[in-house]
Amino acid sequence: MPEIVYTQPEGEPVHVNLKDQYWAAFLAWLFPGAGHIYQGRYAKGLLFMVCIMSTFLYGLGLGRGRCVYATDSMGKLNYYYIGQVGVGLPALPAVVQSIKTSGGKDPFFELCERFPADYENVGMRYHKVDRTQEDIPRERTLKDGLMAPPPGPISLNDADSLGMWHFDYKHMFEIGVLYTLVAGLLNMLAIYDAFCGPAIITMAQKEELEKRKNKVKGDL
Amino acid sequence: MMPIATIILFSAIAKIWYSLPLIVVVSLCYGATRHEQLREIVIYSIKTAIWVLGFMAAIFLIVMLTGYWI
Repeated sequence: MPEIVYTQPEGEPVHVNLKDQYWAAFLAWLFPGAGHIYQGRYAKGLLFMVCIMSTFLYGLGLGRGRCVYATDSMGKLNYYYIGQVGVGLPALPAVVQSIKTSGGKDPFFELCERFPADYENVGMRYHKVDRTQEDIPRERTLKDGLMAPPPGPISLNDADSLGMWHFDYKHMFEIGVLYTLVAGLLNMLAIYDAFCGPAIITMAQKEELEKRKNKVKGDL
Repeated sequence: MMPIATIILFSAIAKIWYSLPLIVVVSLCYGATRHEQLREIVIYSIKTAIWVLGFMAAIFLIVMLTGYWI
């Protein structure tokens, strides 16, 4: 249970009780701010929670729930997800969706259905399926799911699902990816803070920095 | 006459608004990893945000001037 006391250049010394660092870091990863709340650092915990979760959810909304996915339809890792999963539990449904759809099954939380590019009726290629129509061959449609991989084959010549997401949502999809990625990366800073405490410059460090500066000036 | 590169730059200016929430959030989170008390976090965040905005403005100017040069 390490308690760190920072003697600042100005003001009162700061006491930070990190409790069990490893558990705090795990909680901080699991849900943004949870590690700090466990350590009793409520204000910072709430700050991290509000900032990171609002960024992640706004990004997910901009990408219409599709911009966070763990793998593509061929099972290949989506590299953005490495950063996005830094946000912890809120990004983990993507893994569940990848496992669910890996055998060609439909995802949980279906958002819409589309006709595949090689559908017989050329005029209806990749149109969103109207659920009120009864005469649609449902077994052939591609189903978008919340945080699910882009369904259907990956094609360089025909429009595939990922291409249609970019086409439908324009720059919003890319910005959604950016927001969710930044949220994940920011949570990594929060995990570091929960594990090691804040990177406050102490009196000793400040004096050391000034010594170095003076030495450089002297050399010049 | 304004060069094409500069026109393209100005046409994308509406998308720059998306960076503002990110600058606020990144500044606050970065400030929170450097300080423990809220007042100091906010002061440090404002400094970080100004630094980021200045850096973005510098890049914007470089790209705009490069447009004239091209």
